Amino acid sequence: MWFFANRITRRYHHDHKKNGHHDGHHDHGHDVESRKSGTREIKVVRRVLDANDIMAERMRTVFAEKKVFVLNMMSSPGSGKTTTLQKTLARIMPGLRCAVIVGDICTTHDADRLAQSGAPVIQINTDAFGGDCHLAAHVVERAVADLDLEAIDLLIVENIGNLVCPAEFDIGEDKRVVVLSVTEGEDKPAKYPLMFRECDATLLNKIDLLPYLDFDMDRVRSSIGDIHPGMPVYEISAKTEAGFDEWIGWLTAQVKAKLS
Amino acid sequence: MHEMGIAMEIVDIAKASIPADMKGAKIQRVNLQVGKLSAIVADSLRFCFDLVVKGTALEGAELAIEEVPVVVRCKDCRAQWTVTEPVFICKACQSGAIDILSGRELDIKSIEIEDKD
Repeated sequence: MWFFANRITRRYHHDHKKNGHHDGHHDHGHDVESRKSGTREIKVVRRVLDANDIMAERMRTVFAEKKVFVLNMMSSPGSGKTTTLQKTLARIMPGLRCAVIVGDICTTHDADRLAQSGAPVIQINTDAFGGDCHLAAHVVERAVADLDLEAIDLLIVENIGNLVCPAEFDIGEDKRVVVLSVTEGEDKPAKYPLMFRECDATLLNKIDLLPYLDFDMDRVRSSIGDIHPGMPVYEISAKTEAGFDEWIGWLTAQVKAKLS
Repeated sequence: MHEMGIAMEIVDIAKASIPADMKGAKIQRVNLQVGKLSAIVADSLRFCFDLVVKGTALEGAELAIEEVPVVVRCKDCRAQWTVTEPVFICKACQSGAIDILSGRELDIKSIEIEDKD
């Protein structure tokens, strides 16, 4: 997948040339900082993920023009993201016109389940044999090419199941949500602080299983509160739809705020 | 987890940063800043870097990684401190409104090129 990223890096630099700059990289300055014996230090000062961030910003502009709200949904594998999404779509469609991009390393199981909602679903397989660990902006750009953005209010991107890498990659989204299931243990936020820091809301899923677990709800809430003070945390069950009114309320308010 | 892709990006950026008058020169060292809050494992990144530099202008180059601490500032009382555990609440005034000043870096600061002059 990163081979594509590299191709995009190069394409970006071609664009720069067209715009009259002699080279994208050179814009960042090539000051000779120091000369040690036999070595020259060249200042670079570039973010390694520059190519992704530029692409994400470009996507954000497209989404703003087309009036599409983009939600990036992240979680570890097996947290119930797809079921949560299925039940969510059933509640908000057709009031909101939705589409889904599903990232999965392999298989189309999630896409098949989500397609039953009637929403257009674009499946992205990052690799047939265990490829990428996150969705990057260029992957989303290619998936979006197959969607009619004029006919969509809410685009939900179901990211690869992983609490580490997706947090690092901007995909041009408006808001980020992390789904944490109570079977995963209450120490997850402290173990993956970047994810909980970067997200705008947390869904604590599978609360129907709480009677069978030693899950400490107060501890997880206080841990999330330490990492991201003030972030809304919704306790839900994708199975019974407990807590869905609050979660759907938050989501539709976010969407309306952008579209109105 | 995506250290290989990151290593490839680093090599691309480093190669493109060789000034025109030094084409063909070998890069000896890449100076990278990695924030403590970034999802990068330094050892994995070095391992991947050593693999992807083979056959490039960076072959044998050292990847020098400077870890950057997570420094935050309270928006309310302007207190500034280094975060060492996953708590982003101001110890002085208990505010949760903070700015992250550093710790998210994944930046190439400079490259060091052999200079025969």
